[in-house]
Amino acid sequence: MPHDHDHPHDHNHRHDPAAPHRHPPRPDQDDTLTYWRAMEIAVRELLIEKGVLTADEVRGQVEDMDNRTPLQGARVVAKAWTNPEYRKLLLSDGNLACEAIGQERGPYKLVVVENTDTVHNLIVCTLCSCYPRWLLGLPPDWYKSRNYRSRAINEPREVLKEFGTTIARGVTVRVHDSTADMRYLVLPKRPAGTEGWSEEKLAALVTRDSMIGVAFAQNP
Amino acid sequence: MAAAEALSPKFRSGDHVAVRAAFPIGHVRTPYYIRGKRGVIERLCGVYGNPEELAYARPGLPKQPLYRVRFRQHEVWPDYRGSAVDTVDIEIYQHWLEPA
Repeated sequence: MPHDHDHPHDHNHRHDPAAPHRHPPRPDQDDTLTYWRAMEIAVRELLIEKGVLTADEVRGQVEDMDNRTPLQGARVVAKAWTNPEYRKLLLSDGNLACEAIGQERGPYKLVVVENTDTVHNLIVCTLCSCYPRWLLGLPPDWYKSRNYRSRAINEPREVLKEFGTTIARGVTVRVHDSTADMRYLVLPKRPAGTEGWSEEKLAALVTRDSMIGVAFAQNP
Repeated sequence: MAAAEALSPKFRSGDHVAVRAAFPIGHVRTPYYIRGKRGVIERLCGVYGNPEELAYARPGLPKQPLYRVRFRQHEVWPDYRGSAVDTVDIEIYQHWLEPA
């Protein structure tokens, strides 16, 4: 290709590769090399050079992280919906409960908070973007935004409304600010009309957003 | 764990506490908005290295008991527009808490 741009060629202009071109080239997708990116590259290259890590190990970790999805969390929730003993374990020791069904135990202590008829839980990390990545994968961009982090804490009902989630005034909205060494998962309410469903079928109703608390689990 | 390595917990679930209204510089994991506010201990989470020390590659010892503390939203934000029953739970290290 003589050049690379993103408009359709249904118009008439010269395509002489030797002639100057009127259209600006499409910009590269690469981000700017910022101070912290340069720092990351420098540290990574030093660790590899000194034999602490290999480039393949770094690549493998990035791949593992990208492969984690909210399905891990959904399996935990569906199990708790169908098995009262497991629900108890999940609420008392989240990490043990993950392990008990063959999930990663996780590098942080997991606190599971249960939505009921009287309490709706919402997770935010006002200081940064702490998130139970081993159960939900990478956090959505909005979770890391200053807008969500500052507003979820002091006007949670308005934020929930923007996500399409209205909570009755008699129901406690309980925000959890993930400021330190815990990570949080919301156990959403099991939707009505799912009696007798298999764990697998139930897990499909458990969305990422319902486990952060900005939405309910999907209705069947 | 040896006594020198971890402090013993001073508070129990249900205890009333106040967050110190202090403003040290450095890596502090107690949000500004909660300093000086009163709440109730929800649970003891365990003992953890002090992040204000760990952030500067120091050992972070003795470990600090870490609590989840529950606050009434109307207590935290005087202009809170939500319901009177709304709350916020925050993890706070023991050295930021005083009996109230």
